Amino acid sequence: MTLLQVEGLTKHFPVRGRGLVRAVDGVDFGVAPGETLGLVGESGCGKTTTGRMLVRLLEPTGGRIVFEGRDISHLGRRGLRPLRQDLQIIFQDPYASLNPRHTVGRIVATPLEVNGIRPPGGVRQRVRELLELVGLNPEHYNRYPHEFSGGQRQRIGIARALALRPKLIVADEPVSALDVSIQAQVVNLLRGLQRDLGLAFVFIAHDLAVVRHFCQRVAVMYLGRIVEIGDREQIYERPRHPYTRALLSAVPEVTAPARASGRIRLAGDVPTPLDPPSGCRFRGRCWKAREVCATTEPPLAGGVACHFPEGGAG
Amino acid sequence: MSLSSEIVGPELAPDAPPPPTGVDVAGRSPGQLARARLRRDRVALVSGGALVFFLLVAILAPLIELVYGVGPYDQFQEKLRRSDGMPLGYAGGISGEHWFGLEPGSGRDIFIRLVYGIRTSLFIAITAALLTSLIGITLGTLAGYLGGWVDSVIGWVTDFALALPFLIFALAVMPTVELRFYGPRDEVPTWFRVAVLIAIFATFGWTSMARLVRGQVISLREREFVEAARASGAGLGHMLFRQLLPNLWAPILVSFSLAVPAYVTGEAALSFLNIGIRDPTPDFGVMIFRSIDWLQGDPAYVFFPGITIFVLVLAFNLFGDALRDALDPKSSR
Repeated sequence: MTLLQVEGLTKHFPVRGRGLVRAVDGVDFGVAPGETLGLVGESGCGKTTTGRMLVRLLEPTGGRIVFEGRDISHLGRRGLRPLRQDLQIIFQDPYASLNPRHTVGRIVATPLEVNGIRPPGGVRQRVRELLELVGLNPEHYNRYPHEFSGGQRQRIGIARALALRPKLIVADEPVSALDVSIQAQVVNLLRGLQRDLGLAFVFIAHDLAVVRHFCQRVAVMYLGRIVEIGDREQIYERPRHPYTRALLSAVPEVTAPARASGRIRLAGDVPTPLDPPSGCRFRGRCWKAREVCATTEPPLAGGVACHFPEGGAG
Repeated sequence: MSLSSEIVGPELAPDAPPPPTGVDVAGRSPGQLARARLRRDRVALVSGGALVFFLLVAILAPLIELVYGVGPYDQFQEKLRRSDGMPLGYAGGISGEHWFGLEPGSGRDIFIRLVYGIRTSLFIAITAALLTSLIGITLGTLAGYLGGWVDSVIGWVTDFALALPFLIFALAVMPTVELRFYGPRDEVPTWFRVAVLIAIFATFGWTSMARLVRGQVISLREREFVEAARASGAGLGHMLFRQLLPNLWAPILVSFSLAVPAYVTGEAALSFLNIGIRDPTPDFGVMIFRSIDWLQGDPAYVFFPGITIFVLVLAFNLFGDALRDALDPKSSR
């Protein structure tokens, strides 16, 4: 049984006098309990907007978000309350995501306080446990965020997300603001937590190497749509969508410099989501585009949305 | 700036927490850091000291009267020259009994009238500043946080209040309101004039605070810690009072401390124009207004209230600036 099922999820932002920005335009995927799904794509492809809709910081324009069999796409604040405990988010910027005027203890305790939860042994004890769980000194309870480094702050954010014992965590580029050396520590922490607590993750990132390290399944987004979704091995070893191939070929590899020659250089820029191209959205930059690509939008069939996928028709 | 000495924290390697020490490691809050910076600032110390002095004088005015032995309405006609009403003695009649001399004409003691003048002036200014801050914070927070039509409506009202000419409005309203409640021959009680003055200041003064708070709230609203609170199900009250307001205190405090001296001078100006406090009540504006008539014969009369109001306003402004530097060290340097 899937934990989270997303069907036709859409978010349009009105722009004054210029129509709609189709940030997310019909996205489908599912997440099983304890599973890690990576959401990758370049800036502006709608992955962050998708993540925010999943935890209902944004209300979807269309489509459904079903969590444990319940449609949560249009629930109000009160209706969402019981779900908040199961669905949490970790933010990208560890400097903006912690209230500078609150102590660490208070920050981590906020979800408990807001939901009126009194854990056995007291809030303080629970916060100490959480701090220890994410590898921080529980004695730092009374310190302020400005006294911590970026990696430590991100750990505080993780502790806060764990406070309600969620089943699914949306991690919105949790390591992209950190030093590379710290990134590995935080990713390993998340992996350990995922394994120990049986958490499901929607892991949003633009760093393909991090996603490969962390995620069991990967969805590739382009201009508000998923162009390819599949198991990690399949996506990384046998990419079928031209965009996925181009994206993977752009990852610099230290061990195999020979592959640099095989790099696919895409022409042009991502089209504006105000007025996406007809048919396949990638056709303007695709070297395989033919007439059918301009007229018919390829459906996401067999894990790939392309008329001419690699390795034969899906 | 010695930032490094203030930040105590991140010397620990994240993967190797030191063994628990058994005591809570207390951090220094942003407020404590600001207080420490304020204590190191000499201008802040001196102007803050002056502020405390003026506030104490205002609060303890009746006690000072008791010790001094002269009341603000006591007249000493026998110490004035009969021919033109000038105080006898040097520099406006300064003596051991009357420290700042006597008022020409009425023969009242200038020192004790100044003490009570500070009381009147600071009461009006601080009440007006509190009221405008309250209105401004409320409207600014609502406009900034809720946005949409609420923001638009509050924006229009702000623009409207800003467009009204303050002085003309005050000149027109004061006599009208007095006539509405009291007959043309009735004595208008002082408390009523004070209340109308404060109301006029409140009507016009809240706009700057509202705009300041609105801007701050808008910039904070999009910060991720606010979203994090929303993601854990926080309601409007928690958002405003727990997440946003603690981050707004710094600019609010600075704005408040700069608003008080503006109201001190504003009140003095209105009273000078005869639309604020009237004569028997001790007040800066009234004293300066009266002293103009005696400028040639008794320059000491204008000197004392003039110097006092100058020092008072200067102290408030310097302290406000020092507060700004202490609360937000990045903004000034």
